Formats: sequence, C-alpha cells, structure tokens
Amino acid sequence: MADNNKYIVSAAPHLRKKDDSVSRIMWTVNAVLAPVALMAVFVFDRVALGVMLVSIFSALLTEAVIQRSRGQRVTISDGSAFMTGLLLAFNMPAHVPLWLPAVGSFFAIAIAKQVFGGLGHNIFNPALAGRAFLMAAWPQRMTTFTKPFAVDAVTQATPLMLLKEGKAAGLAGMELDYMDLLIGFRGGALGEVCALALVLGGAYLLARRIISWQTPVSFIVTAAAFGWAFGSPAGFFRGDFLFQVLSGGLLLGAIYMATDYVTSPITKRGQLVFGVGCGLLTGVIRRWGGYPEGVCYAILIMNTAVPLIDRFSQPRRYGVTRREKDSGSARRAS
Amino acid sequence: MKRFWLEFVKGIITENPIFFVVLGLCPTLAVSTSMSNAIGMGIAATFVLVCSNVIIAMLRRMIPDKIRIPCFIVVIAAFVTIVEMVLKAYAPALDRSLGIYVPLIVVNCIILGRAEAFASKNPVLLSLADGLGMGLGFVLALLVIALFRETLGSGKLMGLSLSHQFEPAAIMVLAPGALLLMGLLLGGLRWIRSLRSS
Repeated sequence: MADNNKYIVSAAPHLRKKDDSVSRIMWTVNAVLAPVALMAVFVFDRVALGVMLVSIFSALLTEAVIQRSRGQRVTISDGSAFMTGLLLAFNMPAHVPLWLPAVGSFFAIAIAKQVFGGLGHNIFNPALAGRAFLMAAWPQRMTTFTKPFAVDAVTQATPLMLLKEGKAAGLAGMELDYMDLLIGFRGGALGEVCALALVLGGAYLLARRIISWQTPVSFIVTAAAFGWAFGSPAGFFRGDFLFQVLSGGLLLGAIYMATDYVTSPITKRGQLVFGVGCGLLTGVIRRWGGYPEGVCYAILIMNTAVPLIDRFSQPRRYGVTRREKDSGSARRAS
Repeated sequence: MKRFWLEFVKGIITENPIFFVVLGLCPTLAVSTSMSNAIGMGIAATFVLVCSNVIIAMLRRMIPDKIRIPCFIVVIAAFVTIVEMVLKAYAPALDRSLGIYVPLIVVNCIILGRAEAFASKNPVLLSLADGLGMGLGFVLALLVIALFRETLGSGKLMGLSLSHQFEPAAIMVLAPGALLLMGLLLGGLRWIRSLRSS
C-alpha cells in the first residue's frame, strides 16, 4: 500500500494545489495586468506611468503605515495593495495631477480596506471605492480625458460620454471603428482603453482557474443584451451591443474587479446572480443614469448584496432535502 | 449650586449629544457644511432647548403621563415658531441657507430627548442647566464637524478663502462626506476614550 497517503481524510477547505497562496494569485493577476499597463503607456505616453507608480506607491505606503501602527504583520508583499493601486490608476484619466492617485489610493486602502479589518474583511472593492471617492470629490479632474497619442494633452471625451451627451449616435459619428476600440486608440481611462489586452489577460486567468467564468460572462452578456435591447433611440433591439462591450470600462470591471474574491459571492450560482445584477445596473446607468458609465457604481452596489446572495445560494447539504434544510436551519436560528 | 454646575458640564463633553449619545444626526449632518450655518443652527436649537426645558420642567406635574409627548412637542413647536419668525425678520440670509432645517428643530431628537429624560423629572433650575450644557455641546460638535467640512470641502473658513493652491474635495460638502467624517470622528473619539480608560 505505497500510495496510502493519497487518501488522507481532512477537514475543509481542501486546497487543490500546494502553491495556491494569496500572494501567488495576487502577483499572477498583477502580471496579467502588465500588458494592459504597457498599452496605457504606449497610448497615453509617459504620464500614464507616473500615475500608475504614484498610485501603487501610495497604496503600499498606506497599507504599511496602518499595519505597522496597529502592531500587525506588514503584508505589502502579498500583492493585494499593489493590485488596488494599479486598478485605481487604471480607472483614471492619463493627465491628472499626481496628488489625485495618491489621495485616491490612500482612501482605497485606509478607508475602504483597513477600516473594515484589512484583506478579506472589506465589503467594497477598495479600488472602486477609491474611484467613487475621487469622482465625488474632484469630478472635473476625473472626467477630463485626453486624446491618444496627443503630445500636449488635447482633451477628448470617451465614446460613452459622446453617446450620453447626444453628440454622436454611433461609432461612425465618433470617427472611430471597432479596431480602434479593440486596440485602445480612443479617449478613456488608463486601463480600459485596450480591450484586446484585457480579454487576453482574462482568458489566461480563466485557463489558470484563478477566476471562474460565471461573473465576467454573465456581467458582459447582460450588459450587452441590455445595450442591444434599449441602447438605440431608433427602437428596441437596435442597439450596438459590441460598442457597449468595448467602449467603456465594462471589460476591466467584469474581468478584474467584479471577480475580486473578497467582495464577490462564493458559490458559482451566486456569481451568476452577481454578474447579472452588475450587468443590469450598468445598462440602466448607461441608458438612463446621470453618468455616461456605470460599471463602477454597478459593482459597488452589487457588493452590498453579496452577503445576501451568498446566503440564498448555499448548496444543498448531502443527504438533506431542501425542506428539511429550511426547517432545520429555522429551528436552529430560533 | 454644585448640582447645577454638574448638570451643566456633563452635556459639553462626557454626555455630548452628538458624539457620545449620538442623537440629532439629521440636522447635524445637513447644516454642518459651513461654520456660519453651524453657529446659526446651534444657537437656534440651543434657544429652543433651553426654553422648552424650562417650560416643561415647570409644567411637569400638570402634564398627564399618557399624552406627555404631544405636550412636549407643542411647547417645542411654539419656540421653534418664534425662532423661525425672528430668523426670517432679522437674518433672512441665514434663514435661506438653513432652509427646512429650522422648522425641523421641532422633531430634533436632542430636544425631545432632554424633555423626556430630564426636564420632565427635574426642577426648573437643573433643567435650565441641562439645557444650556446640552445646547453648548451641540454647538461645539457642530463647529468641529463644520470646521472639517468647510475647510476640506470648499477651501474656506467662515466664508473666507484659505488658499488658491488647495483644490477642495467637493465630496466633503455633500452627504457622503458628512457621513464619512462623522464615522471617522466617532471612531477617533471612542479610540481616545479607550486609551484614557485603559
């Protein structure tokens, strides 16, 4: 019986691989985000690099100072604060004063993450909370986007802004085509412009099983279907769904932010519900809301529903019927 | 005299209506966008609080127990009406910037809370001291919150611009900023208290 040790009985959780640690997963995602960052530098020049570095440095410094002052182990090398800083920078226009990413990352780590107890305890996605804070605090700075490849920061609205303000009805009126949207030659936030790099990175994460398909696919499909059904003033089912998917922060949000382990549901069924909810809210905000883009607020709103979704999507215990389970839990609760 | 003093000082710090009893948050968060609003609101609420405390303490043996809350509200509403008329006549600008929150002093939890918890059970002089202390505590709390919100949110202090370098964070004069700041202040004060007790 040489392979006796294959049948060890142990309590959950059962780790699939020895090297699936928090820091390993975080750094893998960070590495996957590197091409996106490179494209941002390519499209928007060196200013983009400055924004990203300041944002990451501020996030790491805030985390280290808070953990040190509370007498905890300093865990800035696990890559989670690094990722928060990077994702927050991806949500910003290229030409912002450098104090903006610094303040945003400080808020994301100090208020949205550490106040709740640090990694694993936060209710809201820290990077998105940081972005929402900056949007409410300095809306002008956060919505002044610049034209790609422009030397002296010529401002250019994002495709969704043009759509919202009624300046262009579709891609043709914006002097863009789908190729521009795919590669990232358009106005927008640093990390959202290059759809190709985002999708390739997402495919790698799926293949490595770091993220599951449920959240991103249901999120993107719902938002696209919503845009297709209601997105066009010409009538129902005339909207440009490809434009809806490629033009805003949908891919960045669906693949890298809605899949955050801490702030998304645990079960697969729950993740489907979560993704559909995010997609619907994104569609509603884009179509009828005050802002041109709604991915950030859609995810933040659905973050608040995660405990509820988890509660109602618990799998059935083996050997227990649904009715027995319900009455059993009711008895225990009372 | 010593009891008078004790009832007066307790409202300022140790039983501060905003920071330690956490009552009356609605007007606190709504009008603390600037120092001048905070002072106006604080004085108006303190006037109503002191007057209603005194009257209710005088009437405390006459008010039937079962309908005491409506009786308190009638007394409070009378003084709020006086405040509102005075503001409209002599400080119309302040009245406009405080808006609906002046009539809403009628349902301010601090005033009703002191009437119920203190004035209806204590003699007139002690109720006067209690009203003054709680009112002062309310004004102080409003001023602290308004100090942060006005400087950070609009870059001004008492309406005067502080610096042209600093770009104010609009969120601090909006509702989310008020809630955020309130949470941080409550947490900070609780932390200081825990340091002192340990």
